Amino acid sequence: MTRSNSVGIVTAQKAVFDQPITLSSGATLPRYELMYETYGTLNADASNAILICHALSGHHHVAGKYAESDKAAGWWDNMVGPGKPIDTDKFFVIGLNNLGGCHGSTGPSSINPETGKPYGSAFPLVLVRDWVETQARLADRLGIRQFAAVIGGSLGGMQAMRWAISHPERVRHCLVIASAPKLTAQNIAFNDVARQAILTDPEFHGGDYYEHGVVPKRGLRLARMLGHITYLSDDGMGEKFGRDLRSGEYKYGFDVEFEIESYLRYQGDKFSGMFDANTYLLMTKALDYFDPGRHFGGDLVAALKTTLAKFLVVSFTSDWRFSPERSREIVKALLDARRPVSYAEIESRHGHDAFLMDDEPYFGVMRAYLNNIAKEIAA
Amino acid sequence: MSGVTSLRPDLKLIADWIAPHSDVLDLGCGDGTLLAWLAANKQITGFGVERDVEQVVRCVEKGLNVIQSDMEYGLSQFEDGRFDEVVLSLTIQAMHNIEGILQEMLRVGRSGIVTFPNFGFWENRWQILTGRMPVSETIPYEWYNTPNIHFCTVNDFDKLLGKLGMRIDEQIVLHQGEQVEFLPNLLGSLALVRFSRA
Repeated sequence: MTRSNSVGIVTAQKAVFDQPITLSSGATLPRYELMYETYGTLNADASNAILICHALSGHHHVAGKYAESDKAAGWWDNMVGPGKPIDTDKFFVIGLNNLGGCHGSTGPSSINPETGKPYGSAFPLVLVRDWVETQARLADRLGIRQFAAVIGGSLGGMQAMRWAISHPERVRHCLVIASAPKLTAQNIAFNDVARQAILTDPEFHGGDYYEHGVVPKRGLRLARMLGHITYLSDDGMGEKFGRDLRSGEYKYGFDVEFEIESYLRYQGDKFSGMFDANTYLLMTKALDYFDPGRHFGGDLVAALKTTLAKFLVVSFTSDWRFSPERSREIVKALLDARRPVSYAEIESRHGHDAFLMDDEPYFGVMRAYLNNIAKEIAA
Repeated sequence: MSGVTSLRPDLKLIADWIAPHSDVLDLGCGDGTLLAWLAANKQITGFGVERDVEQVVRCVEKGLNVIQSDMEYGLSQFEDGRFDEVVLSLTIQAMHNIEGILQEMLRVGRSGIVTFPNFGFWENRWQILTGRMPVSETIPYEWYNTPNIHFCTVNDFDKLLGKLGMRIDEQIVLHQGEQVEFLPNLLGSLALVRFSRA
């Protein structure tokens, strides 16, 4: 990717909502803030808006840089920009940090106005449908009646699906990438091991670690290391690290020896230094609870019958966290619900992470689909 | 669909069999030429099924609904009686489970349309007689690089439909785009069959 097709220098914005929101759990937040970024220009009839929903550890910084000196651009900079598949010359693209996040939106690490201290354990659990409601309020604020598309990978794909079900008339196209109609027992099991790592860290303090001036770094680090294993494929990991040793020989100890250990520890350290453990817990619970068929007698087809959007579903062959079979369940349910859907199953060795990677057929499908959306809204 | 005005003769004949506003499933739809033409000219709604991702991209470009899938594993994603017409064009000869796909076609659709190269075409017979595997316009591969594994003649295919309890509703045999009425199993190189439950 050349620099010339970057959205360039961007600035995050904050939207403050003083209207209380009652969450699925029954808890109410009297006010909250959402961090967001926008790229491109909203057209006169506000028909070219695209919402990008983020995954477990994502945020509002989707594309571009805050300063030229930033080492890395936004998390989906390869996909979003002028001339890129999600083309900011054609679309007005919005990225936001979800409620409960730790990148500036109201979350467990924010100050609870009632106590003047961080929410910590007092922050309520938030479900995917709650996110969609807060995103809808942000859309209202920005004057967007209907999105040209709501797009997300992984947990973001679940939000896109939820949008199409909760607000059928507000979504023209729904792009669900490397996602699932609901988690399997195995998925929930992985999430619970990650949570247990955090919950049993002595520095967790029941979620109120902020006031103790510590963070449950060890727990969060382990959770991230475990997560990382499930985001890569066996083949991909083998190809990248194999059994390579850092020093070339066995040391007969428990220090870092294999390259894969080094990689996971590095990822764990990096993540645990910048992400909030309570947010991680909250995000994994949102994943576990997601089940849009639940309010339709367990029938996903009935849930999807309420939608008006056209769907594009994409999966990746080596993704075992959200395998192609799970995407095919979504496709089958859409077909049974008589909804328009296209499905691409992309050959990849990158596991679940493939949805963030450059890949010609994947980008080809995205580009072709989004070009048609652009034509449709221009017509 | 702009730019799609004329169809290849065999695809045009398939299109002629399909009623306006039908629900159509095109198996092995390739770049979606037939579906796009039908959508533009006969206002059909439909889906394509295609294994090759490059072709899937071409279909998405045309605004078609396409499902990337290998139909050797069946059509389980489609419910019974979902479609009016199920098309399998110039693909059946490369498939493993012929009986399975024919049954699946009439499970998900009321009517099936299959087109295939006629192995009984005289040029093929002649090449066999001269001791060589046939290479012709409709069978353009050498024996060692052909994707085709199940050749049949017009008569063979008709017999299989009978065995499966299926009925031929229409049949056309072509050579170089022209209809062959006289000795079709000998003089035709490409067969088009429309069938349903007997």
